[in-house]
Amino acid sequence: MVENRPILTLVSHLVLIFGVVLVALPIWITFVAATHDAVRMTQAPIPLLPGTHFLENLKATLFGSGLSSAEAAPVWRMLLNSLAMALMIAFGKIVISLLSAFAIVYFKFPFRMGFFWLIFITLMLPVEVRILPTFEVVANLGMLNSYWGLTVPLIASATATFMFRQVFLTIPDEMLESARIDGAGPMRFFIDILVPLSRTNIAALFVILFIYGWNQYLWPLLITTDNDMTTIVMSIKQMLEAAEQSPQWNIIMMTALLAMIPPVFVVIAMQKLFVQGLTETDK
Amino acid sequence: MASITLKDLVKAYGDTEVLHHIDGQIEDGEFVVIVGPSGCGKSTLLRMVAGLETVTGGEIHIGDRVVNELEPADRDIAMVFQNYALYPHMSVRENMAYGLKIRKISKDEINRRVEEAADILEIRPYLERKPRQLSGGQRQRVAMGRAIVRDPQVFLFDEPLSNLDAKLRVQMRLEIRKLQQKLGVTSIYVTHDQVEAMTLGDRLMVLNGGYVEQFGTPIELYDRPETMFVAGFIGSPAMNFLPAEVANGVTTLSNGAQLGVAQGQGNVVLGVRPEHLEPQEDGAIEVQVQLMEQLGANTLLHGALKGTDTEMVVSLPGHVTAAPGTEMKFGAAPENMHFFAPDTQKRIE
Ligand SMILES: Nc1ncnc2c1ncn2[C@@H]1O[C@H](COP(=O)(O)OP(=O)(O)OP(=O)(O)O)[C@@H](O)[C@H]1O
Ligand SMILES: [Mg+2]
Repeated sequence: MVENRPILTLVSHLVLIFGVVLVALPIWITFVAATHDAVRMTQAPIPLLPGTHFLENLKATLFGSGLSSAEAAPVWRMLLNSLAMALMIAFGKIVISLLSAFAIVYFKFPFRMGFFWLIFITLMLPVEVRILPTFEVVANLGMLNSYWGLTVPLIASATATFMFRQVFLTIPDEMLESARIDGAGPMRFFIDILVPLSRTNIAALFVILFIYGWNQYLWPLLITTDNDMTTIVMSIKQMLEAAEQSPQWNIIMMTALLAMIPPVFVVIAMQKLFVQGLTETDK
Repeated sequence: MASITLKDLVKAYGDTEVLHHIDGQIEDGEFVVIVGPSGCGKSTLLRMVAGLETVTGGEIHIGDRVVNELEPADRDIAMVFQNYALYPHMSVRENMAYGLKIRKISKDEINRRVEEAADILEIRPYLERKPRQLSGGQRQRVAMGRAIVRDPQVFLFDEPLSNLDAKLRVQMRLEIRKLQQKLGVTSIYVTHDQVEAMTLGDRLMVLNGGYVEQFGTPIELYDRPETMFVAGFIGSPAMNFLPAEVANGVTTLSNGAQLGVAQGQGNVVLGVRPEHLEPQEDGAIEVQVQLMEQLGANTLLHGALKGTDTEMVVSLPGHVTAAPGTEMKFGAAPENMHFFAPDTQKRIE
């Protein structure tokens, strides 16, 4: 709509600004809280302007054991755990679903469509639904308190397989035929042609899956008992519980702030490819 | 270089046979065009030679090898596709080099060959560009370059010019022909455009409904079409077909006019090309003109055989004016009159 009505422009801007403030205010308060000392944060009214303790809090949060009372791992360790988990889930899901989609689209094997529908049905079975049997399997495999236990059960992805299947179906048959005449075998074709052609879709999926992995809460809570394996998202909940006794809001807010940064960074870094991947249609 | 032999070649998809017992011999260095209407099986035949379609029956020989079971890469062929099928994420250079890289040819040799081909095709300035940064004609050249660098025994083309505009098509057509003559590589070229087929091919294989109608030089096809299909397909505007009856060496047209030239006996179809009809005072073929098309070099008269509704076209050199309704008399040289049997559609001698 290209219209030039001042009132309309004003109103739509007001609505948008209101929306931005609504979203940004809690983040701002988190940031402000992370820059004051613990004492200031317990006094009313809560501050709305940044204080002077930012670096101090950052250091205490990253390298101290988070909350002084708890025997938790330092926050840098939790960040590392979360990062490892998110990356392993994102990469694992992408690799597995690329390969499954490749098999389903380009190979004729018995019960091909059967397999496709089997994969499809797992859409109805997210971790939360199969959590007890999955836990049992992971425990029996001795993967409790390990990165494998954290990630492997989350890696299979029907959505991503389905998406890559659609991407591959848009790639003209001549591409495969050309490659065959050029003498490329199946894996060569996959690596040299298919993967580069799906580049933007892979990037878009990576963003979504990274955030999905980063935000995992229930599964890590169940599978890790060792403090060294705590993820950042779990720790925020634990800190809130601890805050009942000794409210160290500056540290809690600093942790929350740190937990937000990697997903934001991934989104910003991949933004261009991400948009291309979701909108571009031709190959 | 190599010859290609097709022996009793059959292709079926499930129960439907789309190519019926094709035989043919393509000589070393020859340029053969497969031509026919849409859906007649041209692409299927070409793709069988390429190894992209399985062979249901019969044999394909390239050189002295039976290649039925060989992978496309092992047949020593190169193919140019209608939509070029360039790899969009690779530069022109990488596109051309890809097949050579897979064959583990040395870097220097690859560069030498790619640049040589690029010079022949005049695409050197574009070597580092991506295909989407090229025009249709340039992409077409790259696709040909990709075929050339491989230095194959056989070139296969599947309607490589049909995505280009008319002018560029004529230009590229000539270039393909020159290139093939220079390189002397045995080539099979598929098209549904009979003008393209006539200008390019040493010999033409006319396919119709999965059968070979005729396999010969353009002039043979034009002068002595073996079937009514070939007669109607080759030449533009298409040959006129007049139902007629032959008795005692006299041909009687459906309006009663009689000609002294005849072949066969009983019901026949007389075929005369529009450009072979000459105005004659006592011509037996009388045409009632309905429409006139002035093309500059020649004039087309559309009308009907007088007294019937058999449509006819006459092509006369230069400028001719004829008002609608005019009746004109034409004759034709005996060697330009073709007789066909209406039931088998075959030529009668
Ligand atoms: N995969 C397939 N399964 C079944 N029938 C097929 C298949 N591929 C082609 N055909 C049939 O085979 C016949 C020949 O097809 P082909 O593509 O060779 O035609 P063509 O002569 O190249 O036509 P065009 O000029 O339109 O490209 C067609 O009737 C088509 O319907
Ligand atoms: Mg075709």
